Amino acid sequence: MITFRGGIHPPEFKELAEEKPIETMPPPSKVVLSLSQHTGAPAKPVVAVGDEVKAGTLIAEPVGMISAAVHSSIAGKVKGIEHWVHPVLPVPTKAVIIEAAETDELDPAIKPRSEREIENLTPEEIRNIVRDAGIVGLGGAAFPTSVKITPPKDAAIDTLIINGAECEPFLTADDRLMREKPEGIINGARILAKVLGLERACIAIEHNKPEAIRIVSEAASKVWPAAEVLTVRTKYPQGAEKQLISAILGREVPAGGLPFMVGVVVQNAGTAFAVYEAVAKRKPLYERVVTVTGPGIAEPKNLLVRIGTLAADVIEHCGGLTPSATKFISGGPMMGIAQSTLEVPIIKGTSGMLFLDSSKRLFAVAEESSCIRCGHCVGICPMKLVPAEIARMAEYEKLEAAERWGIADCMECGSCAFVCPSGRRLVQWIKYGKTLIFAERSRKKERK
Amino acid sequence: MNSEVKDTRKFLVTPSPHLKAPFNVKMVMYIVVIALLPALGGSIYFFGLRSLWLILISVATAVLAEFLMNLAFKRSLETCLDGSAIITGMLLAYNLPPTAPLWMPVVGSAFAIIIVKALFGGLGHNFLNPALAGRAFLMISWLGKMTSGWTLREGLGTTSGIQVDAFTGATPLGVVQKLKDVVDPNLTETARQALNSPETLKALFFGKVGGCVGETSVLLLLIPAIILIAIRVIDWRIPLAYLGTVALGTLIAWLFKATPVTPIFHLLSGGLMLGALFMATDYATTPVTPLGLWIFGIGCGVLTVLIRLWGGYPEGVSYSILLMNVVTPFIDRYTRPRILGESAAKKERK
Repeated sequence: MITFRGGIHPPEFKELAEEKPIETMPPPSKVVLSLSQHTGAPAKPVVAVGDEVKAGTLIAEPVGMISAAVHSSIAGKVKGIEHWVHPVLPVPTKAVIIEAAETDELDPAIKPRSEREIENLTPEEIRNIVRDAGIVGLGGAAFPTSVKITPPKDAAIDTLIINGAECEPFLTADDRLMREKPEGIINGARILAKVLGLERACIAIEHNKPEAIRIVSEAASKVWPAAEVLTVRTKYPQGAEKQLISAILGREVPAGGLPFMVGVVVQNAGTAFAVYEAVAKRKPLYERVVTVTGPGIAEPKNLLVRIGTLAADVIEHCGGLTPSATKFISGGPMMGIAQSTLEVPIIKGTSGMLFLDSSKRLFAVAEESSCIRCGHCVGICPMKLVPAEIARMAEYEKLEAAERWGIADCMECGSCAFVCPSGRRLVQWIKYGKTLIFAERSRKKERK
Repeated sequence: MNSEVKDTRKFLVTPSPHLKAPFNVKMVMYIVVIALLPALGGSIYFFGLRSLWLILISVATAVLAEFLMNLAFKRSLETCLDGSAIITGMLLAYNLPPTAPLWMPVVGSAFAIIIVKALFGGLGHNFLNPALAGRAFLMISWLGKMTSGWTLREGLGTTSGIQVDAFTGATPLGVVQKLKDVVDPNLTETARQALNSPETLKALFFGKVGGCVGETSVLLLLIPAIILIAIRVIDWRIPLAYLGTVALGTLIAWLFKATPVTPIFHLLSGGLMLGALFMATDYATTPVTPLGLWIFGIGCGVLTVLIRLWGGYPEGVSYSILLMNVVTPFIDRYTRPRILGESAAKKERK
């Protein structure tokens, strides 16, 4: 079966939410829309306190090329523009806070396009639609999609891969979306292919999602037969771009480079769906499917939730936390960020809200002891690094050596720390090393 | 649920990943201890209860030494029971002749744990395989006691594995060594045929020959080791590289008549199995890179063949491994694996 070198097989825990159909959560009474919910420069607000907005109204515009627009996700009034805690960034960042109105109205600009209109759209027009809709990669990295589908002119793109791998344990949002809205995803893929000048695309799905594979394959044969569904081996982190490209095409993205350099563009299945909605209905990105799951939540669900909804509200809608819940993670269990408060909002890149307890040794934080040089981390690193060495170099601040040994190529997937028998905080040390290197580079730049 | 009462519980905030495979040092070590038990059983059968005393004393000394060292260096005390000291104790005893005086494992284990392991930083920081270093120390200090007194239990046969009177007290490889000094060509030929006979090879495979406490039975070491490799506790590259190189090297030697015995004999004798499967695979003293592991295994193989053919000792396993242990950091440094996308990035730059 199609796979990549390295990787691990953590227990999947998909059964908690994989059979729960997507449920639409009613709009909350308040949303906090961070201006930094994408890779790149924070968006600039175009509303002021007191302004009235509808769901889908533009509230912040992109700044520069690598940036994205932000839209209101509910109808209401702008209550404030202030700093608010962020699920990923370490310090509170600027956000627009909107209080809900009596009724939830959509912005009047949101109306369907005719099939004819859609067919006649040029790639350039589609790009602008995607940019104006504020669409970013929904797989987690939140890279502005309009930029991703505008590769340099000399990049010979020959393949579009729709990423339906969803390799993180517990998460089932993409699985459900593929099962329930396959035509939307396939049409989104078709639109993306058109922008890239391609006649076909492939949709990669891990083999632990047999229903999604079946349903998407059937839909493709009816809607767009040029979309090929590929089954990939269930292994973490199969959903990582470079690993997906390596597994499916056997091509290696240059270290430090991007997929377009080997002629490939990868888009998450949810992103493809958002592109379809933006083109077909003029709908900007203001809601997404999030898997709320784990042993610490009373009713695990796959929720269609408005961006900016606070975790506390989501939790209430899912029956509340269980008494045993001890950890709240934004994202998946391997790369997600542990949260300290429930007042944190859902952002565009939030694919999951995971609540863990101490019911399994798997969830326990191991005690850290010395590296025993067993080499297990080497065998499973999907980037073919030596995590034990890099972590050690970071710990002893041997930054040049760390760079030579590829610290910048580490994607922090966590496979190494998962297997380490000594409980070494490999990912943490590597992150630490990266911040030291970044700080030194900034210092050098300032001196010049 | 009363939504008016705010949930004020504090959440545990730790860095990712939030899942941890329940695979820890203690588990690995005790799996290896269990894998070494068949050889312990065989040892009692071949050499009598004395083996058991040697092993127990060695293990007790190792654990106690580690406990005292942890105390002295203010390290956490429970690590003396994490299994690694037990393994060192067992392997040290496995490398002693069955008639070694009972104080020998005490000195050997203490040296292994205190000098080679604890003084250099404890688990993961030893620069030599502690058991082998302990054995080497005993060899240097008490050569006579370490290279004689090969006995089997009453009625189990000769220690040399062959019925040639001139060589009754020696180990099989010891006979090969002694053959170098034999002048009588008939004796040489008789001994050679006896050594290469199926009976001798069978004795070597099952362990009914003279040798150190734990090294004689290939069967009782090979089967557990294969299981350890299958469950990924031992990396397969070192045993394959080591044994493969010895097989190839001794084959060439055999074809050029540089050795009187066949490659199979070499593979089955002289503690090679114990060395290649359980000593050369010690985590701390072997490389972590894939290429490094191959180089290490091949290096051990080359050295073992050289020492056996032209060195002063009948078997070369301990010293081969110790020498490769010493160059391991060097090997690691120069065998950095090619990062995913590294050569593609180099091409881009050109």
